Parts: sequence; structure tokens; C-alpha cells
Amino acid sequence: MISLANPTRFLSLVGRIVPWLAAATFFLLGIGLYLSLFVAPPDYQQGETVKIMFIHVPSAWLAMFGYMLIAASALGTLIWRHPLADVAAKTAAPIGATFTFIALVTGSLWGKPMWGTYWVWDARLTSVLVLFLLYLGLIALWNAIEEPGRAGRAAAILALVGAVNVPIIHYSVVWWNTLHQPASVFRLGGPSIDPALLTPLFVMAIAFTLLFVLLHLIAMRAEILRRRVQALQRTRVEQAAFAEA
Amino acid sequence: MPDLGQHAAFIIAAYAVTFVAIAALAFFIVEDDRKQHRLLAELEARGIRRRSARGLSEAKPKSARKPARKRT
Repeated sequence: MISLANPTRFLSLVGRIVPWLAAATFFLLGIGLYLSLFVAPPDYQQGETVKIMFIHVPSAWLAMFGYMLIAASALGTLIWRHPLADVAAKTAAPIGATFTFIALVTGSLWGKPMWGTYWVWDARLTSVLVLFLLYLGLIALWNAIEEPGRAGRAAAILALVGAVNVPIIHYSVVWWNTLHQPASVFRLGGPSIDPALLTPLFVMAIAFTLLFVLLHLIAMRAEILRRRVQALQRTRVEQAAFAEA
Repeated sequence: MPDLGQHAAFIIAAYAVTFVAIAALAFFIVEDDRKQHRLLAELEARGIRRRSARGLSEAKPKSARKPARKRT
């Protein structure tokens, strides 16, 4: 694991993993979409709208997973000051923001036919909106400070402060009254969803997770290369100034 | 296409938004990766390399290096 913290070794590993990971992701996405759209039966209460669950729930899980990844990386940035930790956090933010956006939009599109409204300001929906704004704030902070080290440390502090929102999202359906249904997959006593709906949900969740990891690895590689390009451009400017002198 | 019932528009819209958002994200990430590879290759083609990369190509063989002095 320690050897992977070396950016050059990490790049080499990413180069070998990405093609296999891409193949596995597309294969599982294909199976998941087939099961979701053509095999899964309608729910006895929600009818065919239950098909929205197969994209909404994995997106919501990955929205929280992405933020926890950033928070864990923030610890790596602040404690060990490792550049790969900052690279991991910075590149996870747009991916996490996208999955949060998908969770919010698909949730609204599911809410309208089921609840009669696209949006309510209850604890679950509002805390997920706060998560989305936190992602945008982190992206803005990384782009506002030019020096990557300083930007990384400032973003790490914000990420750790914002991490308190993740348990709030998770337990919001327990702590407060909400239109949103309580946990129905990871709960004491096992899932309350029928296996005919649970199977496509798990396949889609694994496929979305692989997609997240795939995009994150490619984005990390691009960020490492960007920092190398910037360093080389600085070297070129310094060499030109030295030659003129 | 399966029969999506009376709420088909909501289901189709949800899948369409998801597809567009993920496709756009993937496009920007892959394009950025390609761009950084290209920029790095251009700089290296002009002879501008990282110190560690220069060190590898310019390093003397071990036998040519002076042995480390012993501390007394």
C-alpha cells in the first residue's frame, strides 16, 4: 500500500487497471440496466416508478461515499501532507457532486408522482442539498487558490467540517418526520425490499460504484499529470530567465 | 421498450438526466486526461524533463561514482 503512495507507481498501476475496470463497469451496467428496465416487476404500491430507485439509490449512496472519501483523504492531507491524498480528494469532488446532483434530480422526479410534489424542505432532502453545496464549495475553493498545497489544506479543513453532514443525511429519516421512506436495504432484520427488486438494485449499485472508481482513477491520473506539466512549465520559465541573465 | 405505465415521462426523464450527467462527467474527465498526456509529451519532446526523470537518464553508472567517505 505504501508503494502505491508513490505517484509514479500509482500511474503505472492505473494504466494497467483502467482497461479491465472499464470492461467490468460497462458489462455490469449493461446487465443492471437490462434487469432494471426489462426484468424487474412493478412495485405493488409504486408501480413502474420503482425503476427510478435503481438509479436514485446508488447515486445517493455514492454521493455520501464520495464525501467520506474526501474526508478520509483530507486526514491524509493534513496529517501526512501526502500529495496523493490531496489529488484523491480534489478529483473525487466533481464526481461526488455529479452523483449528488443525480440523486437530487431523480429523487424529485420520483417524488412528484409518489408524493405529489417535486420538493419539500424536510431533513433528508435539505441535508442532501447541503451536501451538494458543500461539494460545489470545495470545488470553488480548490480553484480559487493557485498553489495546490495551500488549496489542498484549506479544502481539507472545509471537508472535515462538512463531514458532520453525512451522518445527518443517513439518520435524518430516523430523527425527523419526513416524506422520505426510512432505510429499507441496510437495516436491522435485513432488507425490506423484495428480492426481485433487490437484485437489480445491487447490480446497479456495484456498477455505479465501479464507474465512480474508474472515473476517479482517470481523474487522479490527469491531476497528477497536470501538476507535473505545471512544474515543467515553471522550470522552462526559470531556464529561459537564467539564459537571458 | 417496456411498458412504463402512466408515469413513463418521469421514469424516462430520470434515466435521461442520469445518462447525460454521467456522459458529460466522463467526457470531461477523459478529455482532461488526454490533454494532460499531450501537454506532458510536448514538454518532454522539447527536452524539458522532471529532475527525477533527468536523474535517471543522466545518472552515472554505480562503478563511476565516488565511494562515500567514512566518518571518523
